[in-house]
Amino acid sequence: MTSFAATPTTTADAQTTTASRTRIQVRGLDFHYNGFHALKQISMDIPERKVTAIIGPSGCGKSTLLRVFNRIYAIYPGLTASGEVLLDGENILDPRYSMNRLRSKVGMVFQKPVPFPMTIYENIAYGIRHHEKLKRKAMDERVEEALRSAALWDEVKDKLKQSALGLSGGQQQRLCIARGIALKPEVLLLDEPTSALDPIATGRIEQLIEELKKTFTIVIVTHNMQQAARVSDHTAFMYMGELIEFGNTEKIFTKPDKKQTEDYITGRFG
Amino acid sequence: MAAIYRRRYATNFIALTLSGIATLIGLTFLAWILWITLSRGFSAIGVPLFTKITAYADQGGLANAIVGSLLMDLLAILICAPVGVLAGTYLAEYARKTRLGSMIRFLNDILLSAPSIVLGLFVYVIVVLPMTSLSGGSVSFSALAGSIALALIGLPVIVRTTDEMLQLVPGTLREAALSLGIPQWKLTVQVLMRASGSGIATGVLLALARLAGETAPLLFTAFGNNYMAYGPLDKMASLPVAIYQYTNDPNPAMHAIAWAGALLITLFVLALSLLTRLFFARKKVNHD
Amino acid sequence: MNATSLPAEPRDSDQRALRDARNDRLFRLILKCCALLVLLTLLGAAASTLWGGREVLFGHTWEFLTTSDWNPVENKYGALGPIFGTLVTSIIAIVIAVPVSFGIALFLSEIAPSWLRTPVATAIELLAAIPSIIYGMWGLFVFVPFMADHVEPKLSDTLGQLPIIGALFDGPPLGLGILTAGIVLAVMIIPFISSVMREVFQTVPTRLKESAYALGSTKWEVVWDIMLPYTRSAVIGGIFLGLGRALGETMAVTFVLGNSYDIQASLLMPGTSISSSIANEFNEAVGTHRSALIALGFLLFVVTFIVLMIARLMLRRLSRREGN
Repeated sequence: MTSFAATPTTTADAQTTTASRTRIQVRGLDFHYNGFHALKQISMDIPERKVTAIIGPSGCGKSTLLRVFNRIYAIYPGLTASGEVLLDGENILDPRYSMNRLRSKVGMVFQKPVPFPMTIYENIAYGIRHHEKLKRKAMDERVEEALRSAALWDEVKDKLKQSALGLSGGQQQRLCIARGIALKPEVLLLDEPTSALDPIATGRIEQLIEELKKTFTIVIVTHNMQQAARVSDHTAFMYMGELIEFGNTEKIFTKPDKKQTEDYITGRFG
Repeated sequence: MAAIYRRRYATNFIALTLSGIATLIGLTFLAWILWITLSRGFSAIGVPLFTKITAYADQGGLANAIVGSLLMDLLAILICAPVGVLAGTYLAEYARKTRLGSMIRFLNDILLSAPSIVLGLFVYVIVVLPMTSLSGGSVSFSALAGSIALALIGLPVIVRTTDEMLQLVPGTLREAALSLGIPQWKLTVQVLMRASGSGIATGVLLALARLAGETAPLLFTAFGNNYMAYGPLDKMASLPVAIYQYTNDPNPAMHAIAWAGALLITLFVLALSLLTRLFFARKKVNHD
Repeated sequence: MNATSLPAEPRDSDQRALRDARNDRLFRLILKCCALLVLLTLLGAAASTLWGGREVLFGHTWEFLTTSDWNPVENKYGALGPIFGTLVTSIIAIVIAVPVSFGIALFLSEIAPSWLRTPVATAIELLAAIPSIIYGMWGLFVFVPFMADHVEPKLSDTLGQLPIIGALFDGPPLGLGILTAGIVLAVMIIPFISSVMREVFQTVPTRLKESAYALGSTKWEVVWDIMLPYTRSAVIGGIFLGLGRALGETMAVTFVLGNSYDIQASLLMPGTSISSSIANEFNEAVGTHRSALIALGFLLFVVTFIVLMIARLMLRRLSRREGN
């Protein structure tokens, strides 16, 4: 392998926990759309049960990178990824890798809340039904479990049969998180999950991320640097399709190695 | 004020006044036509209209024509709604940017304003003529043929609205469903179509409003019938064709019945198109 | 860790993936067939009228297209009369409808206070929702007498006295005729043309208009010098769309044309059109007569198809620019 993978564990790291296992390994990833080279030779190791934030100015490729992790990009023509993205040692970019399997292992939450036009209950159950056959009672439990994990249960338990479109923006976004984790994925991808929410709703989602990382490996793309600093353990800084720096969040935000990272963090561009 | 300003302002004033007058002309014609239809229609409307059939001539009513119109419009919608919705879905979900997609979209727009009488001739040639030779030579006009002709009028309306409505559904909804591993066809039927359900329904109502007023395609497909008929293979009366025949009649009593029929059709069509507007306006608000 | 080998997956997941893929393909195929039906309808309409009219179209091509003698009794079918009527009524309709529609679009997009726009626009569009047979009845029972009593006598007294163009307005005030049909058609297509114009006027970028106003332009100057050139192709597209409608319209003109196959210089005289000839005669026609009527249908279809194609291409040009 020609390129060395950027690893978030630095020597000066004084983590009390044992250095955590790698969940996603990215090796020499290139991404093209319609002739545009959007990701250039990205290599990184995303650790298990941690929050990894990807930051950078708009157009730097951070969302694109996230969208490679569950191959959602493949629904649009003309988009190609090459290189390797290993999940549990298997390359998910291999066309033989089952899409169903990938999507049940990697969940995703989008920028704007996108509840399906169904009841709250159905929003959760709908996805589960595509992967598992559950009895009524087991399904009820799964739905409750997902809603509890997303810290939404208390607010919606009396109106499970109502349309999800009636929920507030913040509630809708937590519903989408619940929908994602109901499939019991290993990895949860969050694509600017709070950019359409008010500060209070944002606070609740951030709290929730704190909770969820005990169970899931979380990758979050955000344009809000304070958010990255608050919620993440590791931070990757990207610029013009390249991974500039990847390391412990505290280090990235206090004494980054690269000049570009420092300029971005101190607000000199971007 | 300099002369040049005076001339420019005068031109402006005249142009703006003329455009106001043009609008008044348009509104005047609308009011004129509606007023005539309402006043002559209401003065001719009565119970016999709904109970008697056209066979009684100037003593008759429009019962068979009303029933015939309802049956054929319903059958036409049953034919064109599923086909149109599926075709529109194909354009929006599978052919949004493909060559075939843009060609079909283009031709659909042409079909939207194609002469309805030619569509009537088309159905005459492909349905009435073959059925005539099947039945051993007796000319086989039928309600079915009429409905097919009407369906061809409604089809492009539904295709276009469905296509547009599905394109309005945010792409994130598709991504959200696919990211849960839901197959595309389920996503399309259970999520996208449901999300744009009211928009698609609007398209169907618009198509109904459009085809309910059509006369030309029915003249040589369903033909007409002075008696009550229910079978899809019977010749069938319809309001527009009955109006056409009564208007061509020299007897003023027949004209009165024609106006009553005109009133029924106009009210139906205008109510439908106003309804769809309301429907649509409410939908837009919901999405903001 | 061996990254390249692909461990066996659980079997049920594999099978489900296969089933999903098969269902997806089937679903897509059904959808595609439905979409192709649109294409088939147009092709079918052209092919079936061509086939139904083959006897006259191929057997008597010359006679059909160049003579005006239409006489089923002597089995003569010269189509010039209906072709002439269709073209002339449509041209009259366009000449009247274009300035009026432009005025309406201008009024609704630039002049009217915003509370007035939606109701007036809705009212104008309702004009398009009225079934064409209603136009025909109103035309025959109300507008024809109105023309005969009030408009046509004045026309022949004034314009009819002028040299050259006087011939256009010469003749008895019958009420029925080419001019009346043209006006009824104009009323019918005004809502189509004006709503296209209004829509395309709304695509003119605000900054473009504002920069013209900033130079001291009047409203009219902004519309005429900035908005109209900017939207020219789409405006022409809208006009062709109206023309396509006018050419193919049947019920609104059948009652008021007067049903005469003679070609006459005066617009006040009766005439016929392709669609009204078909509507009037088809159910009594047999043999060559029927073939001639279907051939007329083919002709009408081809002409409207071309006109509508031009319309859509012109309209598409603007939407493409908008997309960029």
